[in-house]
Amino acid sequence: MIQVEGLTRKYGTFTAVDNVSFVCQPGRVTGFLGPNGAGKTTTMRVMVGLTPPTSGRVTIGGHLYQDIPNPGRHVGVLLDASAQHAGRTGREILELGARTMGLPSSRIDEMLDLVSLSPAESKRRLRNYSLGMKQRLGIAHALLGDPSVLILDEPANGLDPAGIRWMRGLLKGYAERGGTVLLSSHLLHEVEIIADEMILIGHGRIVAQGDKKSLLAGAVGSGSTFVTALDNRQLSDALAAKGFVVASAGDGLRVETDPVEVGRTAAEHSIVLTDLRAADGGLEDLFLELTSDTQREVVA
Amino acid sequence: MSTTAPGLGHALDLSSTRPTPFLRLVRVELRKSYDTRAGFWLLAVIGFLVLLTEGIVLAVVVTQDQAMTYGDFVAAAAFVTSILLPVLGIMLVTAEWGQRTAMVTFALEPRRPLVFLAKATVGIILTFATIAMALVVGLVCNLLYGALQGPADWEFGWAGFVGFLITQTFAMLGGFALATLFLNTAAAIVVFFVYRWVLPGLIALGAALMAWFDSLAPWIDFQSAQGPLYGMSLDGGEWGHLIVSGIIWLVLPLAIGIWRVLRAEVK
Amino acid sequence: MSATAVPGLGHALDLSSTSPTPFSRLARVELRKTWDTRAGLWLLISTAVLTAAVMVIQLSVVVAQDLNVSYNDFLTSTNFSMALLLPVLGILLLTSEWSQRTAMVTFSLEPRRPLIIAAKFVVGIGLAVAAVVIALVLATICNALYGLLSGDEVVWDLGLANVGGFVLLQVIGMLTGFAFAALLLNSPAAIVLYMVYSFVLPGLFGLGAALIGWFDTIRPWIDFNYAQGPLVDATMTGEDWAHFAVSGFVWLVVPLAIGVARVLRAEVK
Ligand SMILES: Nc1ncnc2c1ncn2[C@@H]1O[C@H](COP(=O)(O)OP(=O)(O)OP(=O)(O)O)[C@@H](O)[C@H]1O
Ligand SMILES: [Mg+2]
Repeated sequence: MIQVEGLTRKYGTFTAVDNVSFVCQPGRVTGFLGPNGAGKTTTMRVMVGLTPPTSGRVTIGGHLYQDIPNPGRHVGVLLDASAQHAGRTGREILELGARTMGLPSSRIDEMLDLVSLSPAESKRRLRNYSLGMKQRLGIAHALLGDPSVLILDEPANGLDPAGIRWMRGLLKGYAERGGTVLLSSHLLHEVEIIADEMILIGHGRIVAQGDKKSLLAGAVGSGSTFVTALDNRQLSDALAAKGFVVASAGDGLRVETDPVEVGRTAAEHSIVLTDLRAADGGLEDLFLELTSDTQREVVA
Repeated sequence: MSTTAPGLGHALDLSSTRPTPFLRLVRVELRKSYDTRAGFWLLAVIGFLVLLTEGIVLAVVVTQDQAMTYGDFVAAAAFVTSILLPVLGIMLVTAEWGQRTAMVTFALEPRRPLVFLAKATVGIILTFATIAMALVVGLVCNLLYGALQGPADWEFGWAGFVGFLITQTFAMLGGFALATLFLNTAAAIVVFFVYRWVLPGLIALGAALMAWFDSLAPWIDFQSAQGPLYGMSLDGGEWGHLIVSGIIWLVLPLAIGIWRVLRAEVK
Repeated sequence: MSATAVPGLGHALDLSSTSPTPFSRLARVELRKTWDTRAGLWLLISTAVLTAAVMVIQLSVVVAQDLNVSYNDFLTSTNFSMALLLPVLGILLLTSEWSQRTAMVTFSLEPRRPLIIAAKFVVGIGLAVAAVVIALVLATICNALYGLLSGDEVVWDLGLANVGGFVLLQVIGMLTGFAFAALLLNSPAAIVLYMVYSFVLPGLFGLGAALIGWFDTIRPWIDFNYAQGPLVDATMTGEDWAHFAVSGFVWLVVPLAIGVARVLRAEVK
C-alpha cells in the first residue's frame, strides 16, 4: 500500500506538487493522470526517495522508502527507462540489478523472457536499443526483485500494441495476486481499461480521485443517450412526445435521458433499434473537463 | 506548399531556400558555448582566473617590491588561461557527444565539416576574447602598480604579443583536435594534460639519454617548437620543426577525427 | 508477494524476512561497474598497458645506454602511469553515475546513499592496491631481465617502507580524484581540477615559495603534492607527517566531506 500524506515539493517559488494526499490500495491498479508538467513524475520520485519533499511524506506499506531493507525486493520502480549507462548491454544492466538485490542469474533470463527480449538483443548496448526495447528492459528491471508494490511512470511509453496488451494483463495479474500498482499514463483508453482507481492531478493539485465508476458517473454527458433506429423520425417523435430533449447526432439521435427510458419508449412503439448506448464521453471527456483550466491546449 | 499540387513523384521545391550561412552556424555554436551551466562556468572560471592571477601578481610584486612591466602582467594571465583554453576547445566538441545533441545538430546541418569549422571558429573567437580581457585587466593592474609602486613600465613586446596570440590559439586547437579524435571528454582531457605537462619532460629526458632521440625530438615536440614564436624570429629549421610537429599534434588528430565523424553513426 | 495476503487498508509490507543489502554485495556490484562498460574497460586496460610500456621503454633505454638502475627505480617510474590514470578511475567511479543518470537506479535500489559512496571508496582503494601489486610484479620481471641483459649486478633495494609509501601514494592519488569528483559531480571539471592540482599547482607553489618568504613557510602545510614527496623515498619524519596530515585534510578530507554532504542531499535527476 502506498500512502501519500500532504506532499508538497517546491522549486524556488514554483510549486510542482501542492499538498497532495492519496492512497494506493493493494489488490488494485491505481492510475495517475494529469497534463504534461502536472507533477506526476515528481510525486513518484519523492515516493522512492530520489527527490526530497518540501513537506509531507510518503509511506510504502507503512515504511518510508529509505527504511525498507533491500527495497528492490519490495518495490519495483520504473521512472525513466533511458536513465541507464548507454554503454552497458541490456543483460548487464539487469545483472547489476540482480546482484545488488542478491538474486540468482537465472532471474535475469526469466525477466528477459517475460518482456520478450531475445538473448541476442540482450547482448546489445543500451545505446543501440529502440525506444520500446528500452522500455521493456526498464519493466524487466522493475519486476526483477518480484516486488509487491509497483511504481511505474508511463510504462506503456513506446510499446507496440501487443506489448501494451501484454502489460495490461501483467499488471492486472499483479494486482489480482494482492500487489499494489501505481502507474501514470497519457493513454487514457489504456488506463480506463486497466485502472480500478484513478487520481487526476493538474498544476500539482489533485482535481479528482475515486474509482472509475463513480468518477465517470459524475462526468459530463452522463444521463444522455445515443440511439439509432431504423426509423429515426418515428423514434424522435415518440421521445419528444414524452418530453425528452432530442437532437440529431451523426447517424442517430442524442437524447437527454438514460438509455433505459429510450429503450422503453422504443419497445412501446415497436421501433427497431440498431444502436443504443449511454453518451458518457468516457475518461477522455472527464479528463479534459476536470483539467480544463490546467490544460496547455484550449479544448473546444 | 499551398499553391503546388502534391502528388507522386512531386519534388521538393528548393529554389527559395538558401543553405544555412556559415555565420549563422558560428553564432549558434557561440551561443551553445555559454547557454549551459557547465559551459557558462567554464567561461566564468577562465575570466575569473585572469582577474585573480593578475591581482595576485600585483599584490606579490607590490609587497615584495619587485619590478614589473605591462607585458609581465599579461604573460602571467596567459600562463593560466593556456591551461583552460584547451579544455574549452575540448568541451566545444565533446559536449555535443556526451549530451547526444549531435543528433539534432547534424539533422539541421548535414554538412558536418561546416559544423566543426564553426566550432573551431568559436574556439578562436573565445581565445581572442580571453586575450583581450587579459590585456584590459593587465592595463588596470599596471596602472595600479604605477600608482602604488612608482612609475609603471609599459614595456610590451609586439613580437611577443603575436607569438602569444598564436600559441594560445594553438593550445586551444590542440584540445580541439584531441577532442575530435577521441570524441570523449575524459580521454581528451587526460591526453591533453599529458601532452602539455608531462610529455615535454619525458622528451627532454629521452633526449638527454639518447643521442638519436635528441636529434629526433625537435621534430615531434610541438611545445618547444612554439618557443621561438615569442621572439617571432624563426629560422628555416625552426619553421620546419614547427610545421612537422604541428602536423603531428594538430592536423593529424583533427583529420582522423573529422574523417571518423563524417562516417560515424550519430546516436 | 504471497497469494494469500489479504489486501486492505493499512496493509503493511512484511519486512521481517528481508535483510538489508550487505556491504560486500554493494562493493562487488560497484567493482563490476568499473569494467562492464567499454569506457571503463579501456581505462583499466590503458592503465595496465601504459605501465607496462613505461617499464619496457625504461628497460630498453637503460640496457641500450648501459645505465645503472635498481629495483626501486623501476618501481617509481610506474608512478607515471598510475598517478595519472588511477585518479581518473576514482573520478569516473563517482561521476559516471551522474553523467549517465544511473544514480537514479543505484539510489532507488539502495537508498542508504552513504553506503553506496563507501562501497565506491572501497573499490577505489582496492583497485589502487591491485595496481601497485601489478607494478611490483612488473618491476620484478624488469629488474631480473635487466640483470640478464646488461650483465650488471642486480640491486633489489626494496624496503617495507618503500612499498608502504608507494601504496599510500597511489591510494591517496586515487582518493584525491575521488574527493574532487564528489565535490564537483562532473567528470570534465573533476579531471581538469585533478590535472591542474597534480601538474600545474606544484610549479605555482614553488614559484610562490621562491618569491615570497612567508609563503615558503606555509607551503608545506598546504601543498599536498609536496608533502607526499618524502613518501616516495621513504624518508618521512615526524614533521613531514604533520605536513602530510594538514595538507591532506585540506585537499582530501574537506572536498570529500562537502561532496558527500552534497550527494546525500541532492535531488537525483
Ligand atoms: N529541478 C526542477 N527545477 C524546476 N522545476 C522543476 C524541477 N523538476 C521538475 N520541475 C517542474 O515540475 C513540474 C512537474 O514536473 P513532472 O515531471 O512531475 O511532470 P509530469 O506530471 O510527470 O509531466 P509529464 O506528463 O509531461 O511527464 C514541471 O513543471 C517541471 O518543469
Ligand atoms: Mg512525467
